[in-house]
Amino acid sequence: MSKLSKTSAVPDMVPEPRRPDDAPPQFLSVRDLKVHFPTDDGVVKSVDGLSFDLEKGKTLGIVGESGSGKSVTSLSILGLHRTGSRSRNARISGEIWLDGEELLSADAARVRELRGQKMAMIFQDPLTAMHPYFSVGQQIIEAYRVHHPEAGKKEARKRTIEMLDRVGIPQPDRRVDDHPHQFSGGMRQRAMIAMALVNDPSLLIADEPTTALDVTVQAQILDLIRDLQKEFGSAVIIITHDLGVVAELADDILVMYGGKCIEKGSAEAIFERPEHPYTWGLLGSMPRLDRERADRLNPVKGSPPSLINVPSGCAFHPRCPYADLTEGASRTVVPVLSEVGSRHFAACHLGQADRERIWTEEIAPNL
Amino acid sequence: MLVYLIRRLVNVAVLLLVVSVITFGIFFMVPKLTGSDPALLYVGKIADKVAVEGIRHKMGLDKPIAEQYLLFLKGLFVGRDYSQGTDITHCSAPCFGYSFKTEQEVWPVLLDRLPVTLSLAAGASVIWLVVGTGTGIISALRKGSVVDRATMMTALAGVSLPIYFTGLLSLSIFVHVLGWLPNDYVNFTDNPLEWARNLILPWITLAFLYAATYARLTRATLLEVLNEDYIRTARAKGLKESKVIGKHALRSTLTPILTVFGLDIGALIGGAVLTETTFNLRGLGYEAVQAISQSDLPVILGVTLFAAFFVIMANLVVDLLYAVVDPRVRLG
Repeated sequence: MSKLSKTSAVPDMVPEPRRPDDAPPQFLSVRDLKVHFPTDDGVVKSVDGLSFDLEKGKTLGIVGESGSGKSVTSLSILGLHRTGSRSRNARISGEIWLDGEELLSADAARVRELRGQKMAMIFQDPLTAMHPYFSVGQQIIEAYRVHHPEAGKKEARKRTIEMLDRVGIPQPDRRVDDHPHQFSGGMRQRAMIAMALVNDPSLLIADEPTTALDVTVQAQILDLIRDLQKEFGSAVIIITHDLGVVAELADDILVMYGGKCIEKGSAEAIFERPEHPYTWGLLGSMPRLDRERADRLNPVKGSPPSLINVPSGCAFHPRCPYADLTEGASRTVVPVLSEVGSRHFAACHLGQADRERIWTEEIAPNL
Repeated sequence: MLVYLIRRLVNVAVLLLVVSVITFGIFFMVPKLTGSDPALLYVGKIADKVAVEGIRHKMGLDKPIAEQYLLFLKGLFVGRDYSQGTDITHCSAPCFGYSFKTEQEVWPVLLDRLPVTLSLAAGASVIWLVVGTGTGIISALRKGSVVDRATMMTALAGVSLPIYFTGLLSLSIFVHVLGWLPNDYVNFTDNPLEWARNLILPWITLAFLYAATYARLTRATLLEVLNEDYIRTARAKGLKESKVIGKHALRSTLTPILTVFGLDIGALIGGAVLTETTFNLRGLGYEAVQAISQSDLPVILGVTLFAAFFVIMANLVVDLLYAVVDPRVRLG
């Protein structure tokens, strides 16, 4: 055991590859990403042909229900989609370009080197995401030293205390030796953020970063992420089912349903003039306190689709109140993402006129 | 911490007291209820009344049971004198009384048996820890592979096959047919090499049984740990897989194994009855079997208390170690 752990402090120095000529100009570019998990019951198509771009300094919000493929997307960017008990034989295809490097075809050692350094992740539940047996400091120091093997213990500790201070942990020089269970939920998430940012990553992925936290703490954590993004200028992906979270942070929004992107555009476009019935449903399902109690919550009816037997045609058609207006196309033809406005895309069979009418007559007045 | 330790030690004392009351009660009340007589057991078959009464008086068996128990307890701590007129026998502390059959003091017999059992437990536990957890780890990491399936089949066999089968089989092959190994206990202090050579067969036989359990436990625990969120975090940091497993996953895996190990080793030092009997090792387990078959109550009582002591102490040590391993556990 000791032999195993000794060797790993110094990562393999994989030479940084030259930027190929066909690399997309964007900082992060995901092209036709597919992540399929073969199971005994059939192939689970968690992500099925997803594409998006993200620039440094910008925030992308990926929104969707549980099982819509948002977490798998983020894990596959980090090359972690194969971890977990049933996912060892995951099949992945497409391209993930990070700063001119294609990650899916890259050497595993190279991806590991980028992980935690150039791209880092904050997880949903900071209590289970930190090792209960190691102190918060030990875990952050470890994250720093993997990518700074030349750094001594003292230097790494100093850096860790600085980071804890930066994310707002009081008395960081003392709390650095505490264990995760001695931190409150909000402080644990702050520590997770410190761990993710300790190596100045240029891409930060936050997977439901506030879901496990008290409402009072949620806003603080979101503010912190926004401040840190301004300070470090990194690209941020926020994954959430909570439109309130993306409203606060995101420049662009991507709505996922059944492993596919069904609508994407600027945050303004999505909030002011959404084009997809599912996005309407999501917006309509935000709780409203200014209404009668019975009308406060209007969930999207039905349940998320099975990712093994995805409904034919538009995966949303069984739950879509307007499917009848498409003359059956919803049931048979998979809709493609098409431009519905400036940098605004939606995958829906409804005609422009129908969408316009439904939005202005039925949806907007009730939001 | 110190307060906790003191409180636990008081607990240990109370627990041992309770065990002693119960065992004393069982072994000295039950004969009375069934009509047999401890004094008769001392004297033997051809006893005349006078001799029986004499012994009864000398051993204090004519006193009320509560007083007998207190005398027994006193004997444990300060020793006691058995007297019949001018005939005084001193039994120094800790006095567990005299064997019905050999009329020897029980305590020296226990002390004499202990090294054998300790030797057996020590060697076997090292083997099963290394082999059991080792194969468990390999199985978990190669889940579903040929190695995994072969290991788990072997482990199933290990759990299912009784010692008196595997023990006798290995005895007959390696000692009697092939003649490769001797089977006589040699003191470690006399000749460490011979000690090991003589014990290797019982070690392996006993370790096989336990290693099987530990392999299954390690495999199941490690597989569970590998699905933990903090393992994903470790990977997300960019740690090498060897460090993710070797440092983060194993640390959590070994904790439950420590618990089980503490309990197993405690119970084992109390006497590995089947192994000792099969291999004719004169340890505590062997002594217990002999005593039971001869209704030798003082010896049974002694062995029981002795074993209880080890189990309870092992428990205490495990609890203390747990606080060292898991920072969430606070003693007090």
